[in-house]
Amino acid sequence: MKLQRISAIIERDMRKFFRSPALMMSSMIFPLMQLIVLGYAFGGKIKGIKIALVDQDRTAYSRDLRERFEAIVAGPQTMQVENYNSVSDAIVDLRAGFVRAVVYIPVDYSRRVDQGNRPRIAFIEDNTDNFVTSEILTRMQDLVKDINQGLNPFQPGQRLTVPLPRLNPLVDLQVVELYPYIEYIKYLLSGSIAMSVFIVAMIGGGITFIDDKSRGLHEGYLVTPITKTELILGLIFSGAIKGLMAGTTITIIGGLIAGIDRLWDPVRLFYLMIVLGTTSVAMISFMFLLMVRVSDPLVPRAIFGVLNTLLYFPSGAIYPVEGFPVWLRWISYIDPFTYAVHALKALLLKNTGFSGIYSDILILSGFSIVLVILSVAFFKRQI
Amino acid sequence: MNAPNPNAIEVTKLKKQFGDFVAVNEVSFTVQTGEIFGLLGPNGAGKTTLIRMMTTLTPPTSGKAEVGGHDVVTDADGVRHAIGVIPQALTSDPELTARENMMIHAKLYGLTSAQRAQLIPQLLESVGLTEFTDKLVGSFSGGMRRRLEIARGLVHSPKIMFLDEPTTGLDPVSRTAVWEMITKLKEAAGLTILLTTHYMDEADKLCDRIAIVDHGQLVALDTPAKLKDSVPAADIVEAEFENPPAGWNATLEKLNGVASVADHDGAIHISTTSGPLTVRELMDLSRDRGVNVRRVSVQGTTLDDVFLYYTGRQLRDAASETVKRDMSHLYK
Repeated sequence: MKLQRISAIIERDMRKFFRSPALMMSSMIFPLMQLIVLGYAFGGKIKGIKIALVDQDRTAYSRDLRERFEAIVAGPQTMQVENYNSVSDAIVDLRAGFVRAVVYIPVDYSRRVDQGNRPRIAFIEDNTDNFVTSEILTRMQDLVKDINQGLNPFQPGQRLTVPLPRLNPLVDLQVVELYPYIEYIKYLLSGSIAMSVFIVAMIGGGITFIDDKSRGLHEGYLVTPITKTELILGLIFSGAIKGLMAGTTITIIGGLIAGIDRLWDPVRLFYLMIVLGTTSVAMISFMFLLMVRVSDPLVPRAIFGVLNTLLYFPSGAIYPVEGFPVWLRWISYIDPFTYAVHALKALLLKNTGFSGIYSDILILSGFSIVLVILSVAFFKRQI
Repeated sequence: MNAPNPNAIEVTKLKKQFGDFVAVNEVSFTVQTGEIFGLLGPNGAGKTTLIRMMTTLTPPTSGKAEVGGHDVVTDADGVRHAIGVIPQALTSDPELTARENMMIHAKLYGLTSAQRAQLIPQLLESVGLTEFTDKLVGSFSGGMRRRLEIARGLVHSPKIMFLDEPTTGLDPVSRTAVWEMITKLKEAAGLTILLTTHYMDEADKLCDRIAIVDHGQLVALDTPAKLKDSVPAADIVEAEFENPPAGWNATLEKLNGVASVADHDGAIHISTTSGPLTVRELMDLSRDRGVNVRRVSVQGTTLDDVFLYYTGRQLRDAASETVKRDMSHLYK
């Protein structure tokens, strides 16, 4: 194996890369666009959900309940309450999508409060949108908890006049947040960085590799004394350099957009480079193994979307892996994206240092070695 | 050092089969050091497969080929160091400049930077591309790219050069330029050159010896002149007479070496083994019989005739047959 031949292939690829700014731009613009659009689309708190309130009880109790409800929703402005006179009108509007849920205080509400006979409030929801539903439900549960605290379970209909016992018999859950609140865009950033490396691998390792092959350019190199190991190593290293460059650029631009704290911490940047380097080698070798026997230039273009979906989404970049069904978890286990995203999150969100990334680096490196060996084995030096 | 092998290439019963299709069928020939050897045949005759086997790009099904004294299967690396190859497709990188294309190749052959600095400008000059040294190859014409590829194939000073259809797709001016370059190379560097072509004139003009390939087989091999001589009655004498007497054509048929006489657009076409001999006899006969000769011309044997004689088909027909075979799936 001669280093000069490997470096000649790297040199060729890098010169070509810098000559085609379109490739550089497309490998960066797509992940950045996704970061910004998805980050802001999903990241924000849900606000201004319209809720229909139907009070048929019309007593002091129900007015009290309405006031509490309005007080709860007024703070975070999650909901906007509209008063309706009839349930049927409210349900028509719910079906039509003018309101997202109906809160119904029935006629016998105050009587049941007085009797201590499980007073009921109905909550009718449009459950076609899980995000909105779960947000409203949380508020409704807060409301019910709030009302229950004010009611005396021992003397129905009576407000508590004596203070609660000094020792509270109920179990209280104390929540300790390890890190400051993380906006969704920060959560998403790791996936976007991995995505930029993937796109470079896809374009450099997939599309241009097959294009050069089908244009006959490879034949010109195959008649020289280069061995297939040298050729593949050259192509993988050049791909990895491109991936590292794209990944670093997105880390910095994306980090500024998402507002990552202390972005310029040199130790963390150093670890980021290690993660990006290993990720690049893993992604490009993965792409080579897929493309090593392909000669139709349409194939990499056709499977681009499939690969993107199959690798990006199961990686935990946009939704935690713990929420996946078993089969999808298996995809995430063999997906190099998963380890890249895990390591990048550890560094960018928690600044864990080496302890948080070494297992990912080991897995990605092992993965790369296996893939390079397989690529060399499957590559046909002959035509 | 061993005494130089007089044969640059030795091919023995070389065969390549793709599934049921036999692309090259037990072909044997030798190419002597320093000659230009042509493989002539229609598209699809097996020329490219043959050249790919000799240049280690395609493994042979059976048989043996030695190039520059190295076996193409057991010592492929030795072969690759000894040869320069200009494949049929344009293989120079359009996104790189002429110099960069040369440089990458020079590095792949292990040339030092001093050697590169000396050789690359020299070679680019020899193919007339000095002023385009730092231009992107993507802006080159087909002829310029071909010339660059020839220069690139010479960067490691190979002993043997393979050119697969070097002028296909080039305009007449570029073709002539490439021909001149090939002749110059042979004279200046003492290169052995093996080229394939489906142009008769190209083979005739350039090659010391020609092998005619058809359906994967070698049907004839000799110098262009000897190949032409081997074809009987292939000279055509065309003559016009002012006052031919009755039965004149039949009289002409009795001349020495004449195979047939036919009327053709007011002129008479005489097929003969020797054009000059027939002309002399024809002139003598006309003077004796008082027939005035208005015009006489001799058309010598062409390689087209040679191809027709050995394969039973015109090269053009053979080519269109191949096209039909290649496109047959479209008509199903």
